[in-house]
Amino acid sequence: MRGLTKEYVIRRLFMYVLTIWLGSTLIFLIPRLVPGDPIAAMVTRMQQQAGYVENSAEIIAAWRARFGLDAPLSIQYLRFLRNSVTLDLGYSLTQFPTKVTEQISKSLPWTIGLLALATVISFILGNTIGALMAWRRTPRAVKSLLPLSLTFTSVPFFMLGILLLYVFAFGLKWFPVGGGYGRGVTMGLNLEFIGSALYHAVLPALAIIISSMGFWALGMRGMMITTAGEDYMVLADAKALTPARIFWGYGVRNSILPQVTALALALGGIVGGAVLVEYIFSYPGMGYLLYQGIVNNDYTIIQGVVFILILTTATAVLILDLLYPFVDPRISYQRR
Amino acid sequence: MAAQNLPGTVGTITNGQPDPNAVLDVQELRVHYETPGGAVIAVNGVSFKVRRGETMGLVGESGCGKTTAAMAVLHMVQPPGRIVGGHIFINGTDIVPLSEAELREFRWRQAALIPQGAMNSLNPVMKVRDQIGDGIETHEGKQPKDVLKRRILDLFGTVGLSSRVYDLYPHELSGGMKQRVCIAMAIALNPPLVIADEPTSALDVVVQRIIAQTLLEVKARLNVSMILIGHDMGLQAQLVDRIAVMYAGNMAEIAPVKSAFAEPMHPYTQLLIASIPSIKHKKPLKVTEGLTHDLRNPPPGCMFQLRCPRAMDVCRQVRPPLRELKPDHQVACHLYA
Repeated sequence: MRGLTKEYVIRRLFMYVLTIWLGSTLIFLIPRLVPGDPIAAMVTRMQQQAGYVENSAEIIAAWRARFGLDAPLSIQYLRFLRNSVTLDLGYSLTQFPTKVTEQISKSLPWTIGLLALATVISFILGNTIGALMAWRRTPRAVKSLLPLSLTFTSVPFFMLGILLLYVFAFGLKWFPVGGGYGRGVTMGLNLEFIGSALYHAVLPALAIIISSMGFWALGMRGMMITTAGEDYMVLADAKALTPARIFWGYGVRNSILPQVTALALALGGIVGGAVLVEYIFSYPGMGYLLYQGIVNNDYTIIQGVVFILILTTATAVLILDLLYPFVDPRISYQRR
Repeated sequence: MAAQNLPGTVGTITNGQPDPNAVLDVQELRVHYETPGGAVIAVNGVSFKVRRGETMGLVGESGCGKTTAAMAVLHMVQPPGRIVGGHIFINGTDIVPLSEAELREFRWRQAALIPQGAMNSLNPVMKVRDQIGDGIETHEGKQPKDVLKRRILDLFGTVGLSSRVYDLYPHELSGGMKQRVCIAMAIALNPPLVIADEPTSALDVVVQRIIAQTLLEVKARLNVSMILIGHDMGLQAQLVDRIAVMYAGNMAEIAPVKSAFAEPMHPYTQLLIASIPSIKHKKPLKVTEGLTHDLRNPPPGCMFQLRCPRAMDVCRQVRPPLRELKPDHQVACHLYA
């Protein structure tokens, strides 16, 4: 395989496991460094609400035992590791009988659908706009219009979300105000549900695309200007290749390489959800889940979301590293 | 723009009609680079011809306009430069007024380029075979894979590359191999004219000679005409039939290579030849005193007056025209008036 060696792949997989282990150890340790524990906090909250809770000390002890918080730290850590490997992330604290994995598996598809789609569309649009801004043959009229498409980049995307909601959902009533799918639509692989889900995804996706497009466009523009000065671009012109071929095959193909790295990181990070966008559109994804976890002090949910985030970021970077020799033939992991 | 009204007009050589014996007939070519401080006159009314099957050397110091003149022949002057006047006849067709689409028909098929920096002239993310192939297919349409492959391997044979290179990427090749790939690319469509822009300048001396040899063989086999740009007078002496010396955007002398070296007439050519190092006589390096004038604001008279050891009063007032003083030997200098 091009540029890949068995030795490198094994080393890289080892690093992958190490990254996840270190990351999850941190999310195990950090909450436990904070004085107090979630059970005490919960009981305190109950006391505040009800004024008085009978046998509070016993309740705390019983719940601690239930969540395994009474064991010494080392035992807790070993249990945590075992549970992580089996992807058992425990119970949600605020919605007690439901498991964290259950909550996450309900939210994850929504977030992946919305953000993966939005990120990929934003990547394609942004890079095309950036490349066209730097391209010598772009018609002048187009060139002067392109920067306009990036003005919204400077608007924070939650502001943009509110604006979109006001205009298209509240004012024009073209799109729903929030949610992941229409009421009365049964979830499942049927056209009605998919159509409804897509319809509900338009506004949040638009908010993300419009606000993140500029990031890709500006990076691409800079790379494309650098590439335009390369000798192979001159030779491509001398060969009289079609402008489209020079643009895509020679210009964009070479300028896109650093952008691909950024894309892998962006895709790895999406499971954290776009918290504010999902909140504004009450979209049932990971961001919304994380937001609720934070608001309700639901430590296990937060821990679970962060764990999934570590897992996907590490996986995305792993995949990128293994694919990179195919994207850029100059990259090789062979020792020469 | 009427050629006759411009300073530096050569008269009899340029008449706006193509010379039927020349593959390339450049007449009164003027290229300006527009800058905020005024137009930089990079090529100032230059005329020269390349005959069928001939190799013409184009020499001069860095910045004298030789590469600009050659890129103009492909109508590929990089902005902010542009051709502001003159004719470029390639096989009888003036390419100066052609549109971008018409130029795409003509480039590579009629005139190909062997680029200056072969090291960086190949697209790093494309296999060598695809880069030769896309040039062929753009001009001749899609071809069956095996036909194209045989053709590319034939080209490799012509320029002395092993067939192993077919599947390699540019970064897997040495500098000399990359230059050979560029040569193979340039002759792929059998163009009547090939412009080699300092094809050996990035290579070490040994590889330089080998590439030069390859160029000679290719030229002999395909009977192409060639413009060889360079500043290595020694290499030029071995490779070219005629030599054209440029100075600050103007043509100083055009002569058959033998007579150019035996009896150079223009003081600048004399200095260039005297500056070739010799191992027999250790001589102080002949550095021409002074600097070239500001190209935005050329002085009246001869361009070389500021550095010429034999400048006279007339040189500061009148631009010397390029005149044929001996058979096939043209010089622009007042010394021979």
